[in-house]
Amino acid sequence: MQDAFNRLAGDLMAGLQGEEVLLCSVHGEDSDFVRFNKGRIRQAGAVRQQGISLELIRGRRHAGASATLSGEHDVDLARLKPLLADLRARLPRLPEDPYLQYATDVHSSERHAEADIPTPDEAVDRIQSAASGFDLVGVYASGGIHTGHANSLGQRNWFDTQNFNFDWSFYLSGDKAVKTAYAGQTWEETAFARKIARAARQLEALKRDPHTIQPGRYRVYLAPAAIHDIVGLLSWGGFGLKALKTGQSPLLKLAEGEASLAEAVSIAENTAQGFAPDFQAAGFIRPPRVPLIEGGRHAEALVSPRSSMEYHVPTNGASAMEAPESVDVAAGALPDAEVLGRLGTGIYVGNVWYLNYSDRPACRTTGMTRFATFWVENGEIAAPLDVMRFDETVYRMLGENLVGLTAERELVLDPGTYLQRATTSGRYPGALVEDFNFTL
Amino acid sequence: MERRYRLGHVPKEGIRVIDAMESRFAQAAPPGAGFVSLRYVDERTESLGVRHGVMEPAHTGSDVGAMITVMDGGGIGYAATSDLSVSGLQEAGRRARAWARRTAGLAVTDFSRLPHAAQSGTYETPVAQPWSSVALGEKIERLRAPCEKMKTDDRIIDSWARMVHLASETLYLDTAGSRVHQRFEMLMPNMGAVAVRGTEAQRRTLHGQGAARQGGLEVLDQLGFDEVAPRLAREALELLEAPDCPTGRTDVLLAPDQMILQIHESIGHPLELDRILGDERNYAGTSFVTQDMLGTYRYGSDLLNVVWDPTRPGQLASYGFDDDGRPATREHIIEKGILKRSLGGGTSQERAGLEGVSTSRASGWNRPPIDRMANLNLEVGDKTFDELVKSIEQGVFMATNSSWSIDDSRNKFQFGCEYGRRIENGELTTVVKKPNYRGISATFWRDLVGVGDERTFQVLGTPHCGKGEPNQMIRVGHASPVCHFASVAVFGGA
Repeated sequence: MQDAFNRLAGDLMAGLQGEEVLLCSVHGEDSDFVRFNKGRIRQAGAVRQQGISLELIRGRRHAGASATLSGEHDVDLARLKPLLADLRARLPRLPEDPYLQYATDVHSSERHAEADIPTPDEAVDRIQSAASGFDLVGVYASGGIHTGHANSLGQRNWFDTQNFNFDWSFYLSGDKAVKTAYAGQTWEETAFARKIARAARQLEALKRDPHTIQPGRYRVYLAPAAIHDIVGLLSWGGFGLKALKTGQSPLLKLAEGEASLAEAVSIAENTAQGFAPDFQAAGFIRPPRVPLIEGGRHAEALVSPRSSMEYHVPTNGASAMEAPESVDVAAGALPDAEVLGRLGTGIYVGNVWYLNYSDRPACRTTGMTRFATFWVENGEIAAPLDVMRFDETVYRMLGENLVGLTAERELVLDPGTYLQRATTSGRYPGALVEDFNFTL
Repeated sequence: MERRYRLGHVPKEGIRVIDAMESRFAQAAPPGAGFVSLRYVDERTESLGVRHGVMEPAHTGSDVGAMITVMDGGGIGYAATSDLSVSGLQEAGRRARAWARRTAGLAVTDFSRLPHAAQSGTYETPVAQPWSSVALGEKIERLRAPCEKMKTDDRIIDSWARMVHLASETLYLDTAGSRVHQRFEMLMPNMGAVAVRGTEAQRRTLHGQGAARQGGLEVLDQLGFDEVAPRLAREALELLEAPDCPTGRTDVLLAPDQMILQIHESIGHPLELDRILGDERNYAGTSFVTQDMLGTYRYGSDLLNVVWDPTRPGQLASYGFDDDGRPATREHIIEKGILKRSLGGGTSQERAGLEGVSTSRASGWNRPPIDRMANLNLEVGDKTFDELVKSIEQGVFMATNSSWSIDDSRNKFQFGCEYGRRIENGELTTVVKKPNYRGISATFWRDLVGVGDERTFQVLGTPHCGKGEPNQMIRVGHASPVCHFASVAVFGGA
């Protein structure tokens, strides 16, 4: 793949004229997907896809195009040469772009991840064997992912990995379920068995009569999966420079010093410990770590090359979306084993769902509890809880009402598969929070 | 069964591609496999945008590939590839058949029982003003002009005008003898302004993400694209100075660009049959609707009439056939408040033993079809906008969705809008910011007490409906008049 891409890019660059600069990015996957419902297979199949993006630049004018690749060099070159000619013809009709920026220092790199993943056939056997007797629903995805970049200044970057991601739920009945994920680059049967056993134990707890609460404020424990979703919402326009400068970031008050989070809260884009490429489409290399929130206060923004030019701040290799891809929420001091005891009487929230903003400037979010959420009494799980809607500001839940973050964190490999399998990830602690507001 | 929609001149290149795919499919279909289909998709996009006076990067896209599906021995398998050579398709056929054999006896249903009638026909989006009929520079100017019109005040710190044009051609073939050729063209414009004072920001947009229709550049005229900019800027500034939406239980009057979200989340999704069958429980969720409710359940008041209508010209998800090659017809989903049928495609209908609609759809060549909404519309009533307002003693008018959240059974929801105005003694009065409301789907629609007439009706859509494992983002059309709901919990900012 890497050689094929470099050869294709090289052949395209050989046709450049005058001062033209060409940026090429490739992305692709060769994946298998197996979808389960009620322990049986709903759909199973394979997707082999590869696409290329071209950005032709002359002076401050530029035009971009993307196209799928067949993988056959001659076929693809024959399709891409006219595409390049089309871009060349468009350039004079486009205005100069004051915010155009691309990497001009050459930083080539390559990263190949080692992996030992089961064949999809083996995975189906293991899953069906382990899940026998359960109402299992979810998806198993596995295979290779690759991303590459090349520019006519001589830079070449490559990233490829093989991994699997089994994202599933055990259902009891109705909406009572336990959600679990097992993902990585090496399948370890004992680790998988532990996940299954833990989910089965939680499923047993769901068999008790459900508890219903009235809307109001409650002491809660937000498990790492819930923190993942909350930080995921913040990542949607929260950390980027453009969102801050245009007043659209929910963290604007934090950035302006009008609000703060608890001192225990530190969030970083940790590319060094993530699973995403360390380069982006304009050829910039990401630093190993960008602190976003440090000690409860705003640190740095994610700055794309375009925002860098618009707002005169150096880029830190962020993508155009300016969203973190390797999230690192710092651990706290609360041992996992003490979570229920410290919660005392309150709600253990296993997951939250469908988050959005109910007041963006106030960073007030709303969402639902979902999966494995329990009423806890005197440090013991007492009953499953019917789903509840919450409406709470991040400044309260991770600020004045935060009791503590757990010392242990969970690694979440994003199971997202829009367009293609994601490479984003994060490490999240759980959070003990007072006076968490449930509304419906 | 032969169905012919409006399919005009087909360029020679289109015919060549189709001819090539037919002969390649004949060579790629695994011999002896029970049932094999091929779905070819060629999707072309062009994106243009101007943000606060500066042209954004212009981009064109070409996404071409095919999926082969095999049903063999009761199992099912698919394989998608962007290698459209005979050998590439043969490899896809081999992988699809291997999955079909692997899943035989393990699948949720015996796929060999699915009926496969040969279908043939065509569909083409009617286009009045082709995208290619206007020069690039002229299109850019059409984006630059509204941006200039929105820069009316120093507090307007951001503004944008964008449009995405999409043209796609699909071909469905199967070993039952089907051949379905469809061509779609659509335009998805977007415009907005942000006003800021300190750390308070307010935005107004052209229907949020709902301004999207099939057609050519005439869609801009249909949506008032050239005229709306000054109003958006003015309303963003008004919101900056406005009080919060009041808190309490009161009547709400929802504009079409909020109604489409309300229909989408609390009628469309709960009625998807694959949710009811449990397929989506790990991701998009289940449904408070169960199979036994179909035909008898009172979903809403007598004023609630909802149709599934892929035949409406110019709506975002109009088509002649779904992605399983089944012909699509207009159907009542809810009639006078009573739930009539679910949104389930052929596979779900067979699994559930229920009637559905032809709504098996895929987001592209690289994802398998699942049950989706297409055009799901609320039918008009007989009240003018003024009559609706006059009928409300105390309430809030809300327009343009800005926030959406609903539980996994699609029951407990909370939605927010960009713009609100109080209604007092039958008149629109104070502008209010951050209007939000919450409710429960199972009871909310029973409080529908007024439905606007044709003049309040708008045809909109969303390009971004997410669902499925693997995930799929698909285009959905919705249309609605202005609607009046009684006694709703509303509230404003923090």
